[in-house]
Formats: sequence, C-alpha cells, structure tokens
Amino acid sequence: MKVSMDWLNEYLTLDVDPQTLGEKIERTAVEVDQVYKMSDGMSNLVVGETLSVEPHPDSDHLHICQVDVGEDEPLQIVCGAPNVATGQKVIVALPGAWIAGHHKIKKSKMRGVASNGMLCALQEIGFDEKIAPKAYDEGIYILPADSENGSSVFPILGMDDDIVETDLTPNRGDMNSMNGTAWEVGAIYGKTPKMPTFSLNEDGSRKVSDLLQFSVDETLAPTYKMRIVSGVTIQDSPLWLQKRLWEAGMRPINNIVDVTNYIMLTYGQPLHAFDYDKLSSHHIHVRLAYEGEHLTTLDGEDRKLRDSDMVIADDKHAIALAGTMGGLDTEIDDNTTTIAIESAIFDPIKIRKTARFFNLHSEASMRFERGVNKDDNQNALDHAAALMAELGQGQTEQGTGVGSDTPVEPAKVSVTLTRINHVLGTQLTVGQVQTIFDHLNFPTENDGETFNVTVPARRWDIHIEADLFEEVARLYGYDNIPSTLPYGTMTPGALTFKQRIIRDSRRLLEGAGLNQAISYALTTTAKAEQFMMRDSEPTELAFPMSTDHTTARMNLISGLLDDIAYNVARKQKNVALYEQGRVFYREGDAIRPLEVEHIAAAVTGTLTTKTWHAEADMIDFYGIKGIVDLFLHDMGLSEPVHYEATQAHAQMHPGRTADIYVGDQVVGFVGQVHPEVASDYKIPDTYVFELNLQALIDAPHDQQQYEPISKFPDVTRDIAILVDQSVTNADVVALINKRGGAHLAGVQLFDVYEGVHLPAGKKSLAYTLTYRDRQATLVEADVTKAFDKVTAALEKEFDAEIR
Amino acid sequence: MALRERLQELHDRGLADIKKGDSLDRINEIRVQLLGKKGPITQALRGLRDVSAEERPKIGSFANQIRDELTAAIEERNQELKKAAINAKLASETLDVTLPGTPVAQGQPHVIQRIIDQLEDMFLGMGYQVVDGPEVEDDHHNFEMMNLPKDHPARDMQDTFYITPEILMRTHTSPNQARAMEAHDFSKGPLKMISPGRVYRRDTDDATHSHQFHQVEGLVIDKHVTMADLKGTLEMVAANLFGDEFDVRLRPSYFPFTEPSVEADITCFNCMGKGCAVCKNTGWIEVLGAGMVHPNVLKMAGVDSSVYGGFAFGLGPDRFAMLKYGVDDIRNFYLNDTRFLTQFYKRG
Ligand SMILES: [Zn+2]
Repeated sequence: MKVSMDWLNEYLTLDVDPQTLGEKIERTAVEVDQVYKMSDGMSNLVVGETLSVEPHPDSDHLHICQVDVGEDEPLQIVCGAPNVATGQKVIVALPGAWIAGHHKIKKSKMRGVASNGMLCALQEIGFDEKIAPKAYDEGIYILPADSENGSSVFPILGMDDDIVETDLTPNRGDMNSMNGTAWEVGAIYGKTPKMPTFSLNEDGSRKVSDLLQFSVDETLAPTYKMRIVSGVTIQDSPLWLQKRLWEAGMRPINNIVDVTNYIMLTYGQPLHAFDYDKLSSHHIHVRLAYEGEHLTTLDGEDRKLRDSDMVIADDKHAIALAGTMGGLDTEIDDNTTTIAIESAIFDPIKIRKTARFFNLHSEASMRFERGVNKDDNQNALDHAAALMAELGQGQTEQGTGVGSDTPVEPAKVSVTLTRINHVLGTQLTVGQVQTIFDHLNFPTENDGETFNVTVPARRWDIHIEADLFEEVARLYGYDNIPSTLPYGTMTPGALTFKQRIIRDSRRLLEGAGLNQAISYALTTTAKAEQFMMRDSEPTELAFPMSTDHTTARMNLISGLLDDIAYNVARKQKNVALYEQGRVFYREGDAIRPLEVEHIAAAVTGTLTTKTWHAEADMIDFYGIKGIVDLFLHDMGLSEPVHYEATQAHAQMHPGRTADIYVGDQVVGFVGQVHPEVASDYKIPDTYVFELNLQALIDAPHDQQQYEPISKFPDVTRDIAILVDQSVTNADVVALINKRGGAHLAGVQLFDVYEGVHLPAGKKSLAYTLTYRDRQATLVEADVTKAFDKVTAALEKEFDAEIR
Repeated sequence: MALRERLQELHDRGLADIKKGDSLDRINEIRVQLLGKKGPITQALRGLRDVSAEERPKIGSFANQIRDELTAAIEERNQELKKAAINAKLASETLDVTLPGTPVAQGQPHVIQRIIDQLEDMFLGMGYQVVDGPEVEDDHHNFEMMNLPKDHPARDMQDTFYITPEILMRTHTSPNQARAMEAHDFSKGPLKMISPGRVYRRDTDDATHSHQFHQVEGLVIDKHVTMADLKGTLEMVAANLFGDEFDVRLRPSYFPFTEPSVEADITCFNCMGKGCAVCKNTGWIEVLGAGMVHPNVLKMAGVDSSVYGGFAFGLGPDRFAMLKYGVDDIRNFYLNDTRFLTQFYKRG
C-alpha cells in the first residue's frame, strides 16, 4: 500500500524522516518497496495563468498563449492541448524544467513561433494514465482558481508528499488501510494513533428499513449492511480528496465513487455504491449466481457466471459481482441522486476464486481476500454516508439496513513469559513484554507470568500463542535476539550408504573427465520415452506451461543429448557430460510414478583437447565402455559384470550397443546413439551410457578383504590366435579362464588385428596369461602344461589357429 | 740424463698433457701411454739396475710417487671431463618450461551441486541427517501438512504443476520434513535434518524464473530449540557460503508453515553494505526464509507441540549461486553449456 506521510501524520505525531520510517517498518512489520515523492526527478513546475490564447497562424491545432507565471513579463508558450483557454490556472514547465521521463524543457520555436516552456497534462508530470482524472485525459490539467501564479505546483497536487510503499505479506491485510498502518506504526514508536472522526447527521426523512429489504446468505456474507444517502449532486471531488486517491494510486471519478475508495483506504473496508433508483426491486439478495447467469460489469464486459460466484441481486437479476466488481446497470452516473452504500464482509475464498476466474483483481477484492476489520465495518459505512452527504449536498436517511451482522468475538490468547523466552531464546521481563502488548494496544492482563491478551478484531491474523511470539519478537527486534546453536542430545551426522554411493559416483565420473550436468527433468513425452530401460507409462502434467516441458523423464540420456545439441550449436565440439538424477516410471494403473535414481553420460568429440604435444582421441565405443568399466569396478559389486551385444534399444546403434549385466540382471546399456537419432538432435556421433544406479546400490557389494601379495614371482605366457570374426573376446576369455588351471591369475588382451594380411572373415587376438602360485615358485613345466591345455582347448572349441 | 731427472721430466710433461687432454678418450690414451707396461715410466725404471744400491730405493720411491701423482691427476681430469659431459648433455636437453602441460581429463561438479554439497557437509558436521524424498508428491504432504489447506491463498494453482488433482510436482522439499517428523522417534533425541533437492513451480522460464530449481530446507525439532538457535544457525550458513565478513539480519515475514516467520538478509557482497544497484541501495540481500515451526505443522505430523518445537529454514542454491558468482541468468544452470559448467572450479 502506498502510504502518504501527510496522511499518516494526521494519526500520529512522528518526528522521523520517511527513509528511517521505511527502514523501521521493514525491520518490524512488512517489506517496504520504496520511499518516494511523486515529484521525484521533476523540477521548475509552477502555476501559470493563461492571459490570452490565440490560434497559431500556421497550425490548425496549436495555440499561442501568454502565461502569467508570477514574473514581470508573461511567458509566451505554444500549446497543442484542445482544452486550453483564457483565464485558466495551468501547470507550467518553465524553461530548464524537468518533467516525467527525464525530459528537459528548453526554449524553442514551434512552427516559427517562440515557445518558452510548456503547459502540462498530469501524465506529463508523472501521473499514471490509470490515475489521472478522466476529465483531463485529453488535455492539460486545470488547477484551482485560487492557486498563486509562479508558485510550485507540487504542494497543490500533493506531489511533495513522501510516500512509503509497503509490500504486505498475506497475513498483514490489516495494513491495507491507513488505520491499520497507523496502529502498526504507533506500536513501533510506542504512540497511540488518533483514529478518524466524523459527524453523521441522519437528516433524511425516511427509514432505510422501509427502503430496503434483505435476503442474505450469512455463509457468503457474514456482515451485510447498507445506508442510503439521497438528494445528492454528482460532481468532482474536492482536490484534497482527489490527492488522497491519486497518492494511493487510485483514480478520482466523482464525489460518490471517490468517497467509497477514500473510506476503503482509511478503514480497509471496501464499499460499493449502487444507484438506488436503478434497482428493479428494493429487495437485496446475497446469493450464489445461477449457473450461466449473465451480468454486465462496470467495465462493460458481459460475464457468464458460475454457480460458485457470489452476487448481489435484486429480485430479478444479479446487480453486482459481490466484492469484486459492480454491475453496469446500477452504476452511479451523473444523474444519480439516491445512493445505496454497501458495507459488507464476504467469504474471502469465494472472492478470491471469482477474482481469479474473471481476472478481476481489484483494490476491493484484494482486501476482501486478505481480511476486513469487523470492528470498523459500521464506522466505515457511517463515515461514508456522512462524507457523501457533505460532498454531494444530500441527506442521510435514518438507520442502517442490516442483511446480516454476525458478531466476531475478539480472540483471547494466553501466553506465559516462560514460553516466550523458551521459544525466542531471550530473557525478557514481564515489564518488557507488557510494554510490547501496550504498544500494540492489545488489552492485556498479566499475573507476573501469564499474559491474557485480548486481540482486537483489527488483527485477525492473531489466534494462537505462536502469533504472540511473533508480535513480541518483531517489536523487541530481531537484532536484539541472541545468536546460539541448538544444543541437547548429540546426533550423528552421516550420509546414508545410498547417499555416499551417489556422491562417490559423481566424483568418479568427474575424475574420468565428465562434467556434471543438471538438465530439465520435465521434457516432451517423445523424449521422455526414448532410451528407456523398461516399460513405463509417461507421467504427464495436467496443465503444462510450455510444450517443451510436459512429461517427467524416463531416461537421463535424452536430456544430455539436448545439452550436447545446445553446446554443438554454439560451436563446442567436445562435450563430455554426465547427470545423476531420477527417472519416473509409472505402471499403467498407478497414479504416482516410481522414482528411480539413474546415472548417465554422453560424450561427443574428444575427452581431452588436442595440444601441441599430445593427440586427443575421438571418443568411441571402447572409450565410453572404459568409463563404465571403471565405474562398475569402483562399485565393488559381488557379482561379475558382463556386456552383451543388443539391438533392443531403438535409439541406439544396433551394432555398437551392449546391455550391461551384473550377474544376470541388466543394469544399463552403453553404446553409440543411433545416427538417425543423433541427426534428429542435430548432434554428431555421440556415445552414451545409462545405468540404473538404484539397482547398483541395491546389488550385493563385496566386503573388501586384504589379499596378501604373493612372495613368488608371476610367470606370463603370450598367445596369439586366429579365429573367425564371430568369436568374441568374451568367448575366448571365458574359455581360457575355464581351462587355465589352478594357477591362472589373469588374462589380458593386448592386441586385436583384423585386416588385409589375414584371411577373410578372420581376426587375430593376442593375450597375456599370468600364472601365480602363492605357496611356491612355479615350475616351468607345470606352466607349460597348463598353457598347452588352453591352447588345445582354443583349437578345439574355436578352431583357432595358434600363431 | 740421470734417471731422476728423466722421471721428473716425464712427470712434468705428463701433468701438462693431462691438463690439456679434452676428452675421456684422450685421457685414457695418455694413461696407457704414460703408465702402461710399455710406457716411459716403466721403461725408465728398467734403468734402475744401473743405479747404485744406495740410490736405488730412493729413486724407486720417487718413481712410485710420480706414478701416484699422475694417476691421481688422470682421475681428477676424468671426473672433470665427465661432469662437463653431463652438463653439456643436460644443456642440450633444456625445455621451454612455459609450454603448456599435457591436459588431464577432469570434469567439474555442477555449481549448484557444489553449493548443495558444501551445505550438506556443514550440516552433517553439526549432526544433521540428509533426507531425500519423492519429487512427485501428493497434495497432502506438499501442502496440507505444511499448513496450506486447499483454499489457502498461498496455494495458487498458477504456481504448481499438477499431474492429477491430488498428485503434483513438489513445489518445495518441505514434504520430506513432514515425512521425517512422522517417522521420527523423539524419545531417542532431536530431529535434525536438511533436505536438498529439485523442486518445480509453474513458471515461465526467463532470466530470473525457472520452472525447475533447487532447495535446501532444514529442520530441527527438540524440546528446547529457540529463535536464537535459528539465528545462530543462519549465521553459520552465511559464513560458510559467503564468508565471515557478512552479517545476517532477520526481518518479519510470512510463511504458512512457520510462526514467527522471518526472512534473512545478508550484507550485500557487491558493496559490503554501502548500498548499490545489486541491493537496491539497501546494503542487504534477501537470501532465505525461515521461522519457528507452526504448531499446526507439528500437530499434523503427530508431534506434541506443547512439548516439542523447533525451527525450519529454506534456501535456494540457484539463488545462492547467482549471488555468489554473479550469474545473471538462471537458465544457465540447466542448459549445461560446457563453457559455463567448467568455470566453477575454484575453492572457497
Ligand atoms: Zn549492494
């Protein structure tokens, strides 16, 4: 809320500068967006009087004006405003003046005629289009006739007033009014604010109870009251009232509407004024709309209502969208004479839903949503009637029409000094706490320990002990609360096994040269369904915000490919990324997906950069597989890992992809992205793997045991064999291990050759076999015997030619 | 010429030759020539038989002395030449040490991960556990148990990705707290936890908004946990992430799940509190929200709010990273440009 300091000073005598007040409010109550004057950035704007206005000889719309600005000689100013006329008091921007938008006014010539300044519209001196009175939309603003020529316009227009703009949290709806703000500032400074006074004179001859009947659903409107002011003349409000409104960011309309807004700003109680004579019946209903019922609102929109929208209705039809916007048919116009003023409290949730549905967020609906002070409901109505009668020269009819008036009991909350200090960690005294409640003007009794606090209706946010802790804490000052750390029973702080593995996984892949990526977990359904490791239904958003992010991912690779595409499009050829995160699998009939931790990598180009000194190898199948090998080795799994060629992954290269097994469980896959898929992503050859990290966490892990280092030397034998292309390394190694004998400790592939020097369809594989005996030195003859068995087996099983 | 003089001359000439010798081969040549079996000294000593018996031992010892001196000189000269040869070899091996080293492939943790890890490590050290939970949550845990009933204004439909009316992408990691409170046995001691993780809001992505971001929320529940403890803990967080020279201040705020609720500001890192554009001239930057856990939240988790209480806080690693490193567009965190990812390697 934009709080005028001039207005606030009517409540409280504060001897503080506005910046300090803003800071104080921010530290004690609510955020302050800014402290400013409407005149900020502007200067040399003075009152002028148009002595003469002549048409410009060379223009059909410009006028040459002689303007008295309090100097010896009048200023000649050329003005294009259609409403300029002789004898007006106008806003003059003198030469050298700054107006809105950082414009500086200079002496100039307009179509050959000297112009020494400018006559200004309100918009030109910083008034928002939505605030400037409609009458002056198209032209310059006319100041009051008694304005003194040459004097600054700022005080006349309230532009020199300091404004403290607060940004209210939802619980502090009470500060959406001058009264509430004054109570709060009073509490901060330990002063009691002076609330507004008025004198209501029920000088009308009729009783409101004879003029209006009500049928009010009290669940919709716990409070619903009306007064009637008759015989009014609709006209512009006096300047003091207009200033109050525009300083608060509201537009002056006419004396009646302006009073409703002024009272709303004062009390926080939104009011609505109906033209009594336009009601088709004098029976007012507060009810839910009929499904499909129509209402044309003040903005001219025909609204089709829902049966959850609250309306005010006469016997025939809806006349207002309750608390949100009035109806056009009962609007105050220039001929209105009898006003029915509504002062009500509506169900905030219904208001919020209606306002949101119709996108009608107004100053009124916002206040109803955040709460209204029941204690001021009648005051606001009476004050409005008194002011309308005064400003419209009308009469207030007798009494208040009451549709509903559900009493609101003040909250009584008890809190002990011990609890306050226990929760805040302070050592406050009874006196200190009592003073805070006194400053808040909360009637409070205390017996030296327990405080029985009666919370006025104006602070409807306070119901429980904890709410009072907050009042005490903030008014005592958060700066004054000590800094400590929790003490008590010691608790171990340690990552779980799963958390440790996840962390170690990241370190490991970073050590292997991959950068951690965090991609979007919400993607398109098509991408969510790529690279999947099992069947799953997609988990889709009901109301996505963009077509790129509609579905929870079921793989990590597609996100990494998006990342690679982003890099490649920016000329980054070598990209090595990994991601650790969840995929979301959903069974057909389940609503919630299963969230499974995965880890995946995608590499294109090289892992290192080519330098003056070292070549960098393009990533290939064996490069990415090496990372998987390292990763799985580091996992310390009990069961053996093996790879099997697969063509089951539609998005993967059918000849360059392997499923990864731990024991007989598939835990992931590794390989090259299918070139057509890569081309869809607009990326070059890319190698990837994705692992079900949760499965690896859950798999049995070896208990690490020390393995004594053999005192006896190893013996090695090399063997090279020529076999058919179809024989795999895994086949050969398995056979060697099977037939290798008790002392075979390792098999290491050291060469693969396929090419022109070999018979077609053949390849050469070369291995080093390592033999080890922990108990004794190996006997050469024994090794030879074991080695010969392997050779023979290879010849027999694979028709291998030993080379 | 007398034998002694002859030996003396051999000695003097030999020393001169050794001194002049400029290679190991040359020195070896001199050695063989001078001291070999056919060398002049050996030859000269054959003439001993012609020397008187009285003189013979003296000349013999003189000859041995000469031989030793020459041997020593040869050895010394050999060492000199070897040293010179090594030096010459080393000189020829000299490198341009300013040429770049061979790069080692090494990836970096994501900057947000770095911040999360740093926070985790700090809180683990203070006896907190790290608690995970589902990213697809139910309305009950995400909202209702956080004191946000169905019609609460703070539960704007606009802000939440719903999957069904009851299932949604979590909007904060608070549901982990609700689950942890339900599961915790308070008779065994306090609950001290943080829950980091991805969260989602129904936002349009731009420089300062992202539909996906991260949170680290913390919770401590025990018989006596105070607002002062909260303040001290938040000061630790600020010191850990930003440094000791930063002050923390608390301001009143509002969250449905805490009462009292506060927002914490830290000294503007850009101007150190003097006021600048980054902090809108306030000298302070808002970094997190916190408060004392609302009794309704405790009650809904089955915790007796008259006995137990505590504090909760929530902060955004994305925002922290933006502040700490001056990142001006939150989308950088999720586009994974390698030039961005590899920047954040420095300690501290
Ligand atoms: Zn700053």
